Amino acid sequence: MLGEGILKGLAETARNFVGSYFSAERLTTVQYPEQRIAPIEATRDFPFLVYDGADWEAGLRCVACQICEKECPPKCIYIEKSTDKKPDALGKPQFYPARFDIDISVCMSCQICVEVCPFEAIKMDTEFELSTTDRFGGLLYDRKELAKSNEHYHKIHPTEAAAVDAHLAGEKAKADSKAKAAVAAAAAKAAASAAPPAGGGV
Amino acid sequence: MFANLDQIFVLLKQFVVGLLPASWQPVAGVVLCVAAIICVFPALFAITVLLERKGLGRMQNRYGPNRVGPYGILQPVADGIKSLTKEDIVPLSADAVVHFLAPVFLVVVVFLGYAVLPMGRNMTLVHMDAALLFYFSIGASTELSVFMAGWSSRNKYSLLGAMRAVAQMISYEVPLLMSSVAVVMITGSLSLDKIVAAQNQYTWGLPHWYIFTPWGFAGFVMFAIAATAETNRSPFDLPEGESELVAGYFTEYSGFKFAEFFLGEYVGMLSISGLGTTLFLGGWSSPLAVLGWVPSWFWFFSKVMLSMCVYIWLRGTLPRLRQDQLMNFAWKFVLPLTLLNLFVTAMWHFMSDGWERWVICSAILLLAYVVMGRSGMHREHFGPRRYRYAD
Repeated sequence: MLGEGILKGLAETARNFVGSYFSAERLTTVQYPEQRIAPIEATRDFPFLVYDGADWEAGLRCVACQICEKECPPKCIYIEKSTDKKPDALGKPQFYPARFDIDISVCMSCQICVEVCPFEAIKMDTEFELSTTDRFGGLLYDRKELAKSNEHYHKIHPTEAAAVDAHLAGEKAKADSKAKAAVAAAAAKAAASAAPPAGGGV
Repeated sequence: MFANLDQIFVLLKQFVVGLLPASWQPVAGVVLCVAAIICVFPALFAITVLLERKGLGRMQNRYGPNRVGPYGILQPVADGIKSLTKEDIVPLSADAVVHFLAPVFLVVVVFLGYAVLPMGRNMTLVHMDAALLFYFSIGASTELSVFMAGWSSRNKYSLLGAMRAVAQMISYEVPLLMSSVAVVMITGSLSLDKIVAAQNQYTWGLPHWYIFTPWGFAGFVMFAIAATAETNRSPFDLPEGESELVAGYFTEYSGFKFAEFFLGEYVGMLSISGLGTTLFLGGWSSPLAVLGWVPSWFWFFSKVMLSMCVYIWLRGTLPRLRQDQLMNFAWKFVLPLTLLNLFVTAMWHFMSDGWERWVICSAILLLAYVVMGRSGMHREHFGPRRYRYAD
């Protein structure tokens, strides 16, 4: 009959109205500043720079290769390469970023910088409460603000960070064995050159 | 004590007016009443908006506003401050004078309707013999304001909204009037005071409200439908149609003028609820004879607020109609039924008092409702619509 559907609908909204006062599971709203839900592991918003050890400046993995700067689609990264070199985590002398700025008002959180970085130096953060009253300076992060420890990375993305650590350890082992082999080869060469061959004439 | 409480506003007015010199008294009395109306109904508007936002939220399993003040009760204050401090923009190509006058006109016209509503015993501002006629003629003027707003904005959305509004309001004006005529036929008067007095009688402790008669019930339902459409209220909110016309006829309004439209809409709803209450729900009379000691104004305002809650409930339930559905519903369903209701009312008036007239009148109306509902629903073009290019 005409009007039946309207009555059914009215009953449904009435049930919702009354029910919302009695059953808490109906109200799915998370009342944000007071209530929070833990972010899922794959959450990402803006990039940060990973450093190892206690000193952020010495431990930065970034070697200022500027690949991320070139790949960044909205061009929000600005890097100035250092003129001198400092030893990196593997003990190899490397350039370092004298300046590394990211304008997060421009960044679109695409994660391309993370994907292209050969040094696992730039990763995505989960911090989202970044509002500021200074919309120019406040949203332009320099390398000090961007530097975050590897422990922080482990805290926000545990699985990914473990994989990255394993990869870096592998690289380091490879580099070490290569260095060792190089040292051994150099030693052998040195030994060979130091001891003149017995049967030189042959 | 209770008699004093019932007449407290009347006595208060007499006291205040009595302080003034005799020559000022008539004017002062009127000004005082008008001031009271202008204060009370916007306050009720604020309460309604809050109820609506909280209620709709709960119907959709949300909290609704709960940040401003305890439980969000100060939300209307925040809304008011916001709309007052916003920039008032007039489009460059708009007709500035008409654009300015439209919201003012709406608010003025809507408040004029309260002049004749009896809000309690001895609480009618103007005792008019043709009060109902006055009310409807004033109520019809809101269409002009809506069209002024839509036309002067020089915006396609506004104009579309205004066109829809005029078509809709004129269409539903007819059933609105027709359903009220039934009351006039039984009461024999256009005076709202007399209509309330006729309903303020009790048999076995139960009131003689017109809604408790077959023709009154049918009339009330159709009055409510037409009133909802008259006030551009969901599910008949095509002129505003937020999802299709931005805000319809007041797309180009901002700041305080927007607030005036908002106020006009809600005060209009309160006003037409007051008229429906007066015509069918016994006005300020109490629902049971034993509750006669409760002040009459309390009953009037409770009934009005209850109607507002039903408005909100409907808004939370029903989706918006399409334009052709709206028109078909008005002209092919509501109007024939109101005409039939006039006939039934006449029968009711001329048949002798007894159970026969209850049975016959109810049967005619119910039969008509079922038959018209069925034939209307089985019509080909009322079925699900296929969109040729969207499939």
